[in-house]
Amino acid sequence: MINKELARKLYAEDDRLEPGAEVQRQITLPWGQAARISYRNVTMRLGRAMITGAGVVLGIAFLCSVWTAKVAQEGIARFEATSATYVGGEEASLAPGAEEAEAEAKARAARQAWLVVMSLLVSAVGITNSMLMSVTERFREIGTMKCLGALDEFIVRLFLIESAVLGMLGSIVGAILGHLIMLVVYITKERGVAAMMDWGQMVEYILIALGIGTVLSLFAAVPPAVRAARMPPAAALSTEI
Amino acid sequence: MARIECPKCHHVVDTPGIVTVCPECGADLRGVMEELAHRREKMRDVAHDDSVTTHEFIVRTKELEKIYVMGEVEVPALRGVEINIRRGEYLSIMGPSGSGKSTLFNMVGGLDKPTKGTCFIEEVDMAQLDAFELAWLRCRKIGYIFQTFNLIPVMTALENVTLPMIFAGMSSDEMMERGAMLLELVGLGDRLHHKPYELSGGQQQRVAVARALANAPAIILADEPTGNLDLQTGKEIIDLLKELNEESGVTIISATHDLKMIDVSDRVVHIRDGQVERIENRADIDLDVGSLGSEADPELDE
Repeated sequence: MINKELARKLYAEDDRLEPGAEVQRQITLPWGQAARISYRNVTMRLGRAMITGAGVVLGIAFLCSVWTAKVAQEGIARFEATSATYVGGEEASLAPGAEEAEAEAKARAARQAWLVVMSLLVSAVGITNSMLMSVTERFREIGTMKCLGALDEFIVRLFLIESAVLGMLGSIVGAILGHLIMLVVYITKERGVAAMMDWGQMVEYILIALGIGTVLSLFAAVPPAVRAARMPPAAALSTEI
Repeated sequence: MARIECPKCHHVVDTPGIVTVCPECGADLRGVMEELAHRREKMRDVAHDDSVTTHEFIVRTKELEKIYVMGEVEVPALRGVEINIRRGEYLSIMGPSGSGKSTLFNMVGGLDKPTKGTCFIEEVDMAQLDAFELAWLRCRKIGYIFQTFNLIPVMTALENVTLPMIFAGMSSDEMMERGAMLLELVGLGDRLHHKPYELSGGQQQRVAVARALANAPAIILADEPTGNLDLQTGKEIIDLLKELNEESGVTIISATHDLKMIDVSDRVVHIRDGQVERIENRADIDLDVGSLGSEADPELDE
């Protein structure tokens, strides 16, 4: 048996909520609450979030390793070039060596540009794929939220926060991972490589990689989220995954 | 046309329209017939006048049609459904699977748009509402209960119940207090911080009932609320809904094919092939079921 007094009280309270008052005629999802729900979504589904994040981590790690290799090779080349001028001394012996080095640098730059493009593609595909999955598997939840009065933009807002956070965290981990691994590889090859590298350039590359990771995950998550949010709740609820 | 009385000799004519002259005295009946037709038309106008029906019917549907397009085949799910649902009523929509009752549920709940016809909630035409107003309606006026419970898996019972209150813009303290009271009401006062997967099916459905009541809606829509529950638990949920209906006066509309629902329903609408087959009132059903039930189940005598 239910507590009858409680039942009546819970409904009596409703008199204040009646739509007569214009102020009450609102539907809101404050950013604070949205952040709390998104945080819940990430922490509660940590395994799933890590898989989603792994797509970002791998892509950005690849990108960062390529850039680290580029900076390291450029550093080594510069170091060799300066020591060559220093050792060679005479102008006549320098000229053919410099030409050779220049041609080699050009070929290396082309190879690296190709690698960067490839790694960008890999990260874009990986991120899009994992974000798409994480939205798709939550269609039912999205439908339920809409039944409870969520506007389309609330749904989008939740996924926006979540994917931005996941993208950023994934990018940071990926950047550190990719950078460190490539650095270790180069240090084992050339002991003094750290001193030869242009660190200003390196930091710039890492920041760009972080930006790319975050923006890519946002762009990958928002279109499916918008599509899911626009679905009639009945359709979202009846989705079977 | 109904029977009419001859104005001259008071003989009752059974078939006016076929006979236009009184068979007894030969008087012309056309004048009386016209008057009767006129009076009927007037009555029909009154029935359609919004000001008369506002308070009686909380939900009205008008020639509701829904056609699903599957590839190149058109599948009609609803074919001109007209039902009027009274305020405070416990109404069950019954029918075999595929009869269109879930589709009707979706139309009434504003979860999908009809192909033709309209649905009025408190005399508001749902087809005229924009996205914001529709969300407001779903948030404040209607509470939903589903066969599969549909709780948000990452949230605790209390968070699930308070979610609609967040959307309604309630303050945090108020929300927590009301959420706890609602869970207490459905008998889960000691399970506030449990996640859905830590609760049994019946308990999850109770959380769903509490969530449906979050913003004190005027209507609770339940789509097969007992479909995923065993007999006993299903009965408990039905009783809970009935008690809520009696105590708070909330209108309950439930799509079901659970026969246990018949006992508590004020009216039962039978749907077949997307059309209303018949509507039964509780009084009629009691006669059918009562004699059978009282022997088999002694609890019914209480």
